[in-house]
Amino acid sequence: MTAPVPAPTATVSRRSWWLVIATALLALAFLFGAMIGPAGPAWWRVPLELLDRLPFVSVDSGASKLQSTVLWQIRMPRVVLAGIVGAMLSLAGASFQGVFRNPLVDPYLLGVAAGAGLGATVVIVVNRASTQSWPVDPLPLAAFVGGLVAVLLTYLVGAAFGASKASATLVLAGVAVTSLATAIQTFMLQKNSEVVRQVYSWILGRLSTATWDDVRLVAPYVIVSGGVLLAHRRLLDVLRIGEDEAQSLGAPVDRIRLTVVVAATLGTSAVVSVSGLIGFVGIMVPHLIRFLAGASYRRLLPLSVLLGAAFLILADVPGRILSDPAETPIGVVTAFIGAPFFIVVLRSRQGATR
Amino acid sequence: MKQVHRRWSAVLLAATLVAACGGDDSGSSDASGSPSPTGVESSIPADAPQRIVSLSPSHTEMLFAIGAGEQVVAVDSLSTYPTETEAVLTDLSAFEPNVEAISAYEPDLVVISDDSSGISGQLAAIGIDTWIGLAPTTLDEVYEQIAELGVRVGRVEGAEALVADMSSSIDEIVSGAPALDEPLTYYHELDDTYFSVTSNTFIGSLYSMLGLRNIADATEGDTDYPQLSAEFIVTQDPDLIFLADTKCCGVSADTVAARPGWEGLTAVTNGNVIEMDDDIASRWGPRVVDYLRAIADAVAGVVG
Repeated sequence: MTAPVPAPTATVSRRSWWLVIATALLALAFLFGAMIGPAGPAWWRVPLELLDRLPFVSVDSGASKLQSTVLWQIRMPRVVLAGIVGAMLSLAGASFQGVFRNPLVDPYLLGVAAGAGLGATVVIVVNRASTQSWPVDPLPLAAFVGGLVAVLLTYLVGAAFGASKASATLVLAGVAVTSLATAIQTFMLQKNSEVVRQVYSWILGRLSTATWDDVRLVAPYVIVSGGVLLAHRRLLDVLRIGEDEAQSLGAPVDRIRLTVVVAATLGTSAVVSVSGLIGFVGIMVPHLIRFLAGASYRRLLPLSVLLGAAFLILADVPGRILSDPAETPIGVVTAFIGAPFFIVVLRSRQGATR
Repeated sequence: MKQVHRRWSAVLLAATLVAACGGDDSGSSDASGSPSPTGVESSIPADAPQRIVSLSPSHTEMLFAIGAGEQVVAVDSLSTYPTETEAVLTDLSAFEPNVEAISAYEPDLVVISDDSSGISGQLAAIGIDTWIGLAPTTLDEVYEQIAELGVRVGRVEGAEALVADMSSSIDEIVSGAPALDEPLTYYHELDDTYFSVTSNTFIGSLYSMLGLRNIADATEGDTDYPQLSAEFIVTQDPDLIFLADTKCCGVSADTVAARPGWEGLTAVTNGNVIEMDDDIASRWGPRVVDYLRAIADAVAGVVG
């Protein structure tokens, strides 16, 4: 009677221990991200500024009005948006890896990136000058819709041809739709080469122009999508044993896959529409967590949210100060920092299992 | 590029001429628009090209301004100035030139501003001459190109007249600019993600001529087209903001004022966010005079 009791307690405490560490890391990353930049208040004044914003707290940080404006209107929305984008991409990546049972999958697998890129290209080519006075900026909207349409197309193609090996067919359909969208985008760019630089700078990621409006725009989608994905973490664990096996255990595999794909696509499209294509986060962060904390989705998904946010906030810091006062594109930084780090982790893990 | 050296005599000739006629014009830059500024209708050499294809908007403007417009049979899709180009405007791409499409116009000279795609070699293989005018970094190089182009297309006098007109107008603008104790600072915006230019670029050199100080020079990076951080721009608080992204990106003084954190900038509150013409800002044709005048007007507005 005494034996089974300690086991659950240990699991729970171990999981919350990881969550506490990850939350602390995110808080540190946030603070660090808020403190470092090419302008604005001296770094040690930033925590005081943050304290001052808390209800019932009034601290004189000594920052000038301009410095305060830089911090709150330019840097903070950027840090917050980086956090949201990082969290969403790594959560979507982890969920995709679970539902397709394939470690090489990233959130852009089913065509979101190519579709969003095509949508953005269309708006830029059609001439943004004439659309600037519209009540809604059509650029993120077109990217968002483009991403959704591409994945819908992937799903229709996959569903039309793959009854038995549904996941594999879906992945292949994603490859096909991605190629198609990329081809159309390339064709449009070829015909309108004068917009190449604009499209290029959209693709490289646009955290540098983040505003609170961007944050407000994506937050609802990310909250809904994130909520749905997190709610599926146990079912994703069931899927780990295999689709047929999960089916025989009574798990509604097709419905789980559809729900996860829809939720992850919605969230990914939303963040891509304001941030451009930021690579590597969606595939690297979940793997890193697997190495450190195990492969259970019950732990993986919440940790992906926290550490994905922390990672992208930190990755954006070199982007701001590396070539100060010029910018280094965030997509470059994530891959440049991420790839070597990833290799080190991979290596040390191999050493451990040997 | 061997041709370049042979053309030096023409350049020198033009330069002497410039020095000689400095200040003879009242300063109007209508040379930029009219096909033959001084009514040059003198005979052109018999071997001068009669079927020119221009794949460079800057050089299209030059060709029409030196009176060679009637020799032009086709221009690329972006050569939309002067209005006379309408008759010869084609779908030809300056960025992805296609030899077959170009050869369909049976040119005897193709004018380009960039040979990175190796188009000149392909054209040479089918017996078509190419003239290359790379993007300049100084105004003198622009004058040299106009003189060279004038020699190449048999419009030496038109080219000399244009250079003389441009340089006298520019001298007048520069000498008329107010002397400033403290140089005004400016930010030149290329697109709405804050790409900018340093003073090493041609467009940057125009601002330098009027004694303006470029905030982007602080980057000291290896690129002359840095992407500035918003924090930096706002903190630098430039006296003038020049928008060279009004056409590409629909940016205006109003949209700049609406950017979070920008509403308190000196340039915004004093109405010194100047909407420029993207096309002129990215070309180095005769209309650089207009651009320089727009800068001078903006400076006068600040000093006012």
